[in-house]
Amino acid sequence: MRIIIVGCGKIGTTMLSSLVDEGHDVIAIDDDPLALQKISDIYDIMCLYGNGADSDILLEADVKEADLFAAVTGSDELNMLSCFLAKRMGAKHTICRIRNPEYNDQSLSFLRQQLELSLSINPELLAAKEIFNILKLPGALNIETFSRRSFEMIELKLREDSPLVGIPLSGLRQKYKASFLVGVVRRATEIHIPDGNFVLQAGDHIGITAPSSEGERFFKMLGMLKKQARNVMILGGSHTAYYLAKMLLSIGTRVIIVEKDHARCKEFSEELHGAVIIEGDGSAQEVLLEEGLSSMDAFVALTGMDEENILISIFATAQKVPQVITKINRGALNSMASGLGLDCIISPRKIISDRVCQYVRALQSSDGGEMETLYTLMNDKVEALEFIVSESFPHKNVPLKDLSLKHNILIAGIIRGRKTLLPAGDDCIMANDHVIILAKEQRVTSLMDIFK
Amino acid sequence: MNRSLILFFTGRLIRIVGLLMLLPLLVSAIYKENCFCDFLIVIILSLILGQALVQFFKPKDSIIYAREGFIIVALSWLICSALGALPFYISGEIATYTDAFFETVSGFTTTGASILTDIESMSKGLLFWRSFTHWIGGMGILVLIVALFPGVSDRSIHILKAEMPGPIMGKLLPRLKDTAKILYLIYLVLTVVEIILLLAGGMSLYDSVVHAFGTAGTGGFGIKSDSVAGYSPYIQWVITIFMLVFGVNFNLYFLLLRKRFGDALRSGEFLCYFGIITVSVGVITANIASMYPTIGESFRHGAFQVASIISTTGYATTDFDLWPSLSKAVLLILMFTGACAGSTAGGLKISRVMILFKSAKRELSKLLHPRSVGAVKFEGKALDNTTLANVRNYFSLYMFCLFGLFLLISFEPMSLETNFTAVISCFNNVGPGFGGVGPVMSYALYTPFTKWVLSFAMLLGRLEIFPLLLALAPATWRKSK
Repeated sequence: MRIIIVGCGKIGTTMLSSLVDEGHDVIAIDDDPLALQKISDIYDIMCLYGNGADSDILLEADVKEADLFAAVTGSDELNMLSCFLAKRMGAKHTICRIRNPEYNDQSLSFLRQQLELSLSINPELLAAKEIFNILKLPGALNIETFSRRSFEMIELKLREDSPLVGIPLSGLRQKYKASFLVGVVRRATEIHIPDGNFVLQAGDHIGITAPSSEGERFFKMLGMLKKQARNVMILGGSHTAYYLAKMLLSIGTRVIIVEKDHARCKEFSEELHGAVIIEGDGSAQEVLLEEGLSSMDAFVALTGMDEENILISIFATAQKVPQVITKINRGALNSMASGLGLDCIISPRKIISDRVCQYVRALQSSDGGEMETLYTLMNDKVEALEFIVSESFPHKNVPLKDLSLKHNILIAGIIRGRKTLLPAGDDCIMANDHVIILAKEQRVTSLMDIFK
Repeated sequence: MNRSLILFFTGRLIRIVGLLMLLPLLVSAIYKENCFCDFLIVIILSLILGQALVQFFKPKDSIIYAREGFIIVALSWLICSALGALPFYISGEIATYTDAFFETVSGFTTTGASILTDIESMSKGLLFWRSFTHWIGGMGILVLIVALFPGVSDRSIHILKAEMPGPIMGKLLPRLKDTAKILYLIYLVLTVVEIILLLAGGMSLYDSVVHAFGTAGTGGFGIKSDSVAGYSPYIQWVITIFMLVFGVNFNLYFLLLRKRFGDALRSGEFLCYFGIITVSVGVITANIASMYPTIGESFRHGAFQVASIISTTGYATTDFDLWPSLSKAVLLILMFTGACAGSTAGGLKISRVMILFKSAKRELSKLLHPRSVGAVKFEGKALDNTTLANVRNYFSLYMFCLFGLFLLISFEPMSLETNFTAVISCFNNVGPGFGGVGPVMSYALYTPFTKWVLSFAMLLGRLEIFPLLLALAPATWRKSK
């Protein structure tokens, strides 16, 4: 597909790098020639220098031929204007990054309708939602939900005393009668899609799929269930912090936000009722200790600096805060941070590229069923995808054991109406089912891709 | 330095050169010439060698950085020339390897300088190969590889940047591969159109194809000792126009394809190119009017020679060495400017000359108004300092190389004019010079040493200096610790 991206900041670059990997023709527009120079040396794309809301530039980028137009600069207004122009000039679909909370309330749907946006993305809001999910189920490293919140993909790390260690997977299900499925295991750098004979070891990162209602029972069974975090400290007054605080306050959590900028603090104190806003430098350890860091249930580092987030998170871990969540934007730092003992890492970068790839692949896929959700797990090596099975799907009503799936593909869950199934050999895929697929190191665009 | 990647790429290239020789093989088969076997030997040799390199040097890391890009380009051109020279040498039609190498470098770099004194006695297959090297070298061998091969590398942009002439490299389409394909497609279509027009003028198919190759690559190898002087005025006009056409930036043709006529015509470089041609033809026609029976004929000769020199082709319809000094001076200057960037022509390129001129003008106004702020604009966009510095440094390097090469060949007992224009002509990939290397003369008189120097000059000029100098610099090859 032909895709135009306006804005080559962190979000734009992440998007274009994953889109180029997916094999699309990408044109990038930015008003910073140096940024473009850097990008054009690394990625095989066309770069245009200029303002993305300038119709001459859009004309030069051949916007009328574009299948997708994404405006992801830091300025919401510029994004909206360029999406509006692009749509008027003939772009088929538009994606607009809208991050300002003022636009992200009721006015959003009006905006989307008026500007004919196909999708509006808000990286900060998505990141906040993901953090919120994790805080609700402490102990998990990452939780992704599939449609209607009926299925969850939970990532966690096995400790030595975990009851899952040392038993083949086939034995697990009988022993615990819990309905969950270990879909993917990362041991050191190796990634496995395990079969029944696979034995888990301490230190493994595992990804399990389970119906949402089972998640809590699962953790109880593991002896890992802790109470939902009641006291949360957030470092850095970013948009993400704002959205997160708002969600946490709505379920009655105590929130402390530490931010050094006075104006930002004032803004927050006006908008977030009930939160404690501390004006102070979060990198100064006394400030955090004074505010009772060691008695917190969770600590979330959300400053704009990856390095600062990492360092303070290490400090918080040393203070025995039970749950430490670190926001890291740069991919290279991500693996370094996990080497430093930070397990729970949120990367807005990854969230965005997941969201955009999902959207783009959904545009492409036609046969077999529509793609509903896409997540990447385990350092982007594994994809979890959700498809809605169409009437025309050829393998419907065939028992799974009779289907020949490709190597490294697992059907991890089926959602049928309000029921959730963990598939066994005798189950069938039926029309209108939602099917959850795990795929290791391959690109799945349609449901047909998983069959040999 | 990723050696296995470089060798892997080189292997691919050698295979391609082998495959490209199938075409002259076919020609020699049609004319039932002895050189058939010679081509066959070289093809088999290069396929085996290329395959071996590709097999043994599968790179672990296939990212091409700027450095690898430069080295790949420089090495590729050297190897292509070395391989391409083999058929001439093996067949014995060119006696020494030095001469064969000179001739092939001259072909690939689209110079058109020849050491052959008796062209008509050469076999048709070899002459075809000689002209075909122009066609390949014009657009670039590696551009062809990028266009044809799947999954070369995401970063092959560095290869294209090193091989495509001109100060600024613009992509036409988001993907490098598609850009390379469309460039070759435009190139191919224009060549075919020229062949058809030449055939319409009563030229034989073989002659048309060979001349179209020479024009398209802006090379200038003819198959007659009097170049194209013996052909009809119609054919000379067709060649004139096509020499100019191939001197235009190919991006313009792409714009035309996209029906963006306004943008194409507003191109500053194109207008400047057109202006220079008009003025030069005017001056020369007036200057040589007394030498030819009709003004029409002077105009034809003037236009042909201007087109031939500015596009750095090097065909001739008349011995312009006999022209008055003014006309020769104009031609000499045109050798330096060359045609547009992004075309198949050599020389400094009009865009560079324009940028240099504007930047000098800016310097002058800065002296008048020391506090004034202004930008050097090109094609409607202000140039950043990196590009400006690059153009200026390129020019100084260009002059240094010219001086160096000139000194190196000044051991020859020729006149200053001969030596000087030989260097200028080779360095700018034109072909003929004045005096002893004039349009009706050849480079055969030079010693082998000078021929190697001039071969080097042609490669330097075609690859725009940097890649070759980098490949020769010891620091590039030193193992990093």
